[in-house]
Amino acid sequence: MNEYSTGSDSEYANSWITWFLSTKGNEYFVEIDEDYILDRFNLTGLNGEVVQEYARALDLITDQLEDEDDMDEDLRETIDNSARYLYGLIHARYIITTRGLAKMLDKYRSADFGTCPRVYCYSQPVLPVGLADAPYQKAVKLYCPRCEDLYSPKGSRHGNIDGAYFGTTFPHMLFMVYPHMVPSKGPPVPGPGGPGGPVGHVGGASGLPGYLGHGPTGIGSISTAAAAIKAEVYDPKLFGFRVNESAKLKRWREAMRDE
Amino acid sequence: MDPNIDAMSQDADMMEEEPEYASSSQGSSSQTSTLTWINWFISLPGHDYYCEVDEDYIEDDFNLTGLQSQVPFWKEALEMVLDVEPEEDTLTIPDVSIIESSAELLYGLVHQRFILTKAGLQAMADRFEQSAFGICPRVYCQGQPVIPCGRVDTPGIDTVKLFCPNCQDIYGPMSTKYSGVDGAFFGTTFPTLFFQTYPAFLSMPFKGFPPPLPSPTSTSATSAQTPSSSASTPSKADANTNPSPIGPPEPQTNPDPYGGQKLPSSGQYVPRIYGFKVSERARSGPRMAWLRNRPDEYDDLAKVDWRGRWLGSRAQAEEGRGGSVVIEKTGESGALFEEDEVLVKSDNEEEEEEEQ
Repeated sequence: MNEYSTGSDSEYANSWITWFLSTKGNEYFVEIDEDYILDRFNLTGLNGEVVQEYARALDLITDQLEDEDDMDEDLRETIDNSARYLYGLIHARYIITTRGLAKMLDKYRSADFGTCPRVYCYSQPVLPVGLADAPYQKAVKLYCPRCEDLYSPKGSRHGNIDGAYFGTTFPHMLFMVYPHMVPSKGPPVPGPGGPGGPVGHVGGASGLPGYLGHGPTGIGSISTAAAAIKAEVYDPKLFGFRVNESAKLKRWREAMRDE
Repeated sequence: MDPNIDAMSQDADMMEEEPEYASSSQGSSSQTSTLTWINWFISLPGHDYYCEVDEDYIEDDFNLTGLQSQVPFWKEALEMVLDVEPEEDTLTIPDVSIIESSAELLYGLVHQRFILTKAGLQAMADRFEQSAFGICPRVYCQGQPVIPCGRVDTPGIDTVKLFCPNCQDIYGPMSTKYSGVDGAFFGTTFPTLFFQTYPAFLSMPFKGFPPPLPSPTSTSATSAQTPSSSASTPSKADANTNPSPIGPPEPQTNPDPYGGQKLPSSGQYVPRIYGFKVSERARSGPRMAWLRNRPDEYDDLAKVDWRGRWLGSRAQAEEGRGGSVVIEKTGESGALFEEDEVLVKSDNEEEEEEEQ
C-alpha cells in the first residue's frame, strides 16, 4: 500500500491527486476538483478525530505539504495513509454532487467499473456502491442497473477498496439525476451505437424517436411489471424439460413481478 | 524502491494466470510419453472445468452413438484421445492440428454425455464441493459454489457459463481464460440433472425461515451481515440482545424430497438514497426485486397457476390486467395510486398498439 514516495521525479511533476488516480487499483476513483476540497464546508465532520494527521493529510492532497523531507518514515507513512483515507471520504461526498455525478457518468459510459457478470445482463456496465457509509465496514461492490443486484469486483485489487469511499447512495442518485440512463431490462437492441457494444444505454441516450418502445427512455411511469416483463431469466432444463420445483419458483417470481 | 514494489505487485497479478500456462504447456511437450492425452488436455490453461472421462467410457461404442457424423477425422481423433498408435500410415491426414481440434471436439462431446452418468456426476460433485468452478459473483449468494453449464447443446455457438444453485442464474466466468471453452461440452442438462441428483447442494425455493429473520447467518460471519445490515436494523437490534436468535425458529425443510434441501442465502439488495428506500414508482426505482425473491414458505409456491398468476383470493385482487381489478386496487390505495394505475394501463395499451 505504501507506494507513495517523494523520491522520483515523475511524481513530483504531477499533483498528488493525479498520482493517486494513476495508481493501480484506484481506477474506480474520479478526480475531485481542488475547489471542492478547499471549501471547508464540504469537509464538515472530517477532522483530526476521524482522520489521523488530518491537517497534513489535507495538505498532501492539495499539494501544500511543506518540509516533507524532514519527516521520518513512519510519520510520512501515516500521512500518506491518512491522505488516501481522507480522499476516499471526500470522494464519497463529491460523487453525489452534480459535477461528481457527471464525471462518474463518463466512467460508467466507458464501462470503467467493469460489466455485470450475469449472462442475461449482456455486459451491462456497472457502478461502484458501498454497503455502508461508515468506513472500515464493507468493501466496495458493483451495482448492475439492469438486474439491480450487487456483485463483487473481479480482482482482489478492487475487492479491497472500502465501500465507504463510494457510499450507499451514489448509483441510485446517479439514476435519479439521469433517469434516461436507466438501461432497459430486456435484451439489448442493436442501436445506433454500433453492434456488439455493451450498450443498453447508448441508444437511449441519443433519445431517438421510435426507440421508446424498447428503450430505457420510456420507463417513466411504467410499472414494475411493464418494465421488467422483457427481462430474460435463465430457465433450467433437463433434457429439454423444466423441473417441477424450479419452474414453480420461476412462476412465483413472475407472479411477484406482475403484481 | 517504489517502482519495484509496483512491479512486484504487477508480477503477482500476472502470476495468477501464468504458472498454469507455463507448467502445462511445457509439461505437455516433454512428458507426452507418460501423460495420457486426456490428462494433458484437461491440464491446459482454461480447461480445468473439464473432468477426466474414463477411457472405458470412450471405448464403449454405444456411448459414442451419433457422434461420428459430427466429428471430422473421427477415427484419427478417437485414436488420439485414447492414445492408440495409428495402425497404418496416416496418409490422408493433411495436418496434425486438424486432428487435434477434432479430438478436442470429440472429447467435448463425450464429456457432455459422460458428466450425465453416475461416475461423471460424482466426479463433478467432488470438485463442486471444493469450489473448483469458482463462486457466485453475486454478493448475496455469499460465496456459493457454482457449476459449469452451457446454454445450447450444439458446439460452436456459445461459451461455458456458470450456474449458481442459490440464485438459479447463470454468469460468465470471471477469468477470460475460459472464453475458449465451449458451453456445449457441458450441456444444458448437466446443472439441472446435477442438482436433481444432489438436492443437498441446491437451495430451497423458499426462504426456510419465518419472515422476521432476514438472514439465517446474520450473527456469525461479518460477510453474512450484508443482507441484514440494510434490510432490517430493528431485527438486528433484537439479535444483539439475544445471543442466539436463530436458535428458537427451527429452519424449515423442503417437503419435496426431489427439490433443493439447502438453506438458501435469501438476502436481497435494497437500493437506498441517504438511507431511504428508492420508491418503486420512481422513474429510476427498483423493478427487478422479483428476480431474486423467493417465498417465505413452501406452500406459497402453490399459490400460482401455470401461467404465473395468483390463485384464489389473491387472484381476485391481482388477476390479469383487467379494468375491474384496477378499480379494486385503487379503492384501497387512494387517489395518487389511481392516477398511476391509469397511466400504467394506458402505457400498456399504447405498447400493444405499437406492436400490432
